[in-house]
Amino acid sequence: MHMADALLAPAVAATMYVASGAAAGVSIHQLKKEDDPQKLPTMAVTAALVFAGQMINYTIPGTGSSGHMCGGMLLSALLGPQAGFLSMIVVLTIQCLFFADGGLMALGANIWNMAFYGCFVGYYLIWRPILRGNSALSQRARIVLASVLGCVVTLQLGAFSVVLETSLSGITELPFGAFMALMQPIHLAIGLIEGAVTAAVLVFVYAARPALLRDVDAQGGRYSLKATIAILAIVAAIVGGGLSHLASSDPDGLEWALFGNAEAGYSENMGLDEEDFGLSSSAADTAGAIQERTSFLPDYAFADSDSAAGTTVSGLVGSAMVAGAAAIICLAGGFFRRKKVAA
Amino acid sequence: MNRMEKALFELHEMDDLAARHSAVHDLCPLAKLLTTIAYILIVVSFSKYDLSGLFPLILYPAIVFQFSGIPPAVCFRKTRFVLPLVLAVGLFNPLLDRTAVLRLGGVSVSGGVVSMLTLMLKGILALTASFLLMATTGIDRLCAALRQLRVPGVLVTLLLLTYRYVGVMTEEVGVMTDAYHLRAPGQKGIHHSAWGSFLGQLLLRSMDRAGELYSSMLLRGFRDEFPYVETRKCAGKDVLWLGFWTGSFLLARFVNIAQLLGSLAVR
Repeated sequence: MHMADALLAPAVAATMYVASGAAAGVSIHQLKKEDDPQKLPTMAVTAALVFAGQMINYTIPGTGSSGHMCGGMLLSALLGPQAGFLSMIVVLTIQCLFFADGGLMALGANIWNMAFYGCFVGYYLIWRPILRGNSALSQRARIVLASVLGCVVTLQLGAFSVVLETSLSGITELPFGAFMALMQPIHLAIGLIEGAVTAAVLVFVYAARPALLRDVDAQGGRYSLKATIAILAIVAAIVGGGLSHLASSDPDGLEWALFGNAEAGYSENMGLDEEDFGLSSSAADTAGAIQERTSFLPDYAFADSDSAAGTTVSGLVGSAMVAGAAAIICLAGGFFRRKKVAA
Repeated sequence: MNRMEKALFELHEMDDLAARHSAVHDLCPLAKLLTTIAYILIVVSFSKYDLSGLFPLILYPAIVFQFSGIPPAVCFRKTRFVLPLVLAVGLFNPLLDRTAVLRLGGVSVSGGVVSMLTLMLKGILALTASFLLMATTGIDRLCAALRQLRVPGVLVTLLLLTYRYVGVMTEEVGVMTDAYHLRAPGQKGIHHSAWGSFLGQLLLRSMDRAGELYSSMLLRGFRDEFPYVETRKCAGKDVLWLGFWTGSFLLARFVNIAQLLGSLAVR
């Protein structure tokens, strides 16, 4: 889910930097108030562990694929939301600077999408209420529930933010709804897997050293972990079945954008004939009208097509000249270096 | 070589590149950081159809590669993470934006193709600039520059400390993964029965290690922040570097240099 610089407009990137910077400022302030100097090395070691741990492949039973753990939920369960958030910031910064995973300008957005939701939303709205609430579930069951739910919800929020930020930047022609329809289901599956792996690690920590986990006490509940997993599976089957029914009866985002949905009053969306698409419809003729309706920032078109065609040739020739200049610089650099080595 | 060993190799490779000496390496880290930020901002600010306007900006990485002696192949290997997502987003443009914007010979090129190419070029240029910053600066000097920019000390110290431990942890996880796979040949990943204990054990050991680490840091005189021996103020050549490049980027942003050169040649 790491966004590249190219996917963001400067204004959106700056906004996300401000938002993430504000969250980081509050976290640093809170951490200073706690005045626990020993926490810094613990945060560093745990962040490094998350970095390395995210490279481990966990085999998903019954499938040929594998998953990874969710860093934000793990760190906030161990260190608290503020320290977890700062640790996630440095993990994302190292991934960006040394592995080109995400971009320097998109770092603010990546921190928001992957660290803010995982640490603050995941902790305050999911982890803490579940772990501290009056429920009949055992502590282990609560950890599993909070981890899975936390990863699913925070990944959905993160994926939604990616769609929103990219669409607001005017980067893709893909309509907002269709882009969302592509992103959300993929991240639902990823969230479930990451949640399961994160839950397994946190349950192990709980069994070995419960004092390391936030908001956990030793009191047990009525329902064991196995009973909770069985209940979760039944709920997932019911919810999944319901959603698949909905999904099959309504068109997905891409279908909606292309062919409209007459029942919902959107029959004019793209004016394409679903039955005869590609034969009697001319996509090229309607593309301009489609863009007018679906594009968030439709002001990037060439102002004057005649002059655009005229300047295109000189643009191409000029670009070729620039490419030639770059090639000469590279060749000259290589020549002088070889000469230096020979000397 | 497993994934962790590859990651370690890349980390060491970047450290080795940053330890070299060249005209670019010797510049003040703050000037390089600000130049990189200016470059990325200008690159991403181009409109999605302005491929020819964006193109002259390839000269910056081309020149820095030459002045610094950094092999471009190392950089392009790193695009494997970023380009797939950029491609996935840009790939729909040719399908959805079919308005013909130029003709090359008898072939019409749609706006979608131009915007996709612009997006890819933006992705590569922004990534190359970040790579060149790290390959010519290194983490210590970059952290010193961040402190000069008044980034909070807690965050910078955490970044430096985490970077040191990323190497140690990645190596340890790599050894554990190798050991696991030697005992479970033919298995793709970690079996679900070991999901918790595999990383959990390392986590517990690491948390204990963090306490010992802090004690040793205190014994060696640590007082909330590392002293940055590499900190130095920007000199004349650093200001010149920053001013020259920022001016050039702005010129390229507001004047279509490729088109200008082309029109001179065509005329």
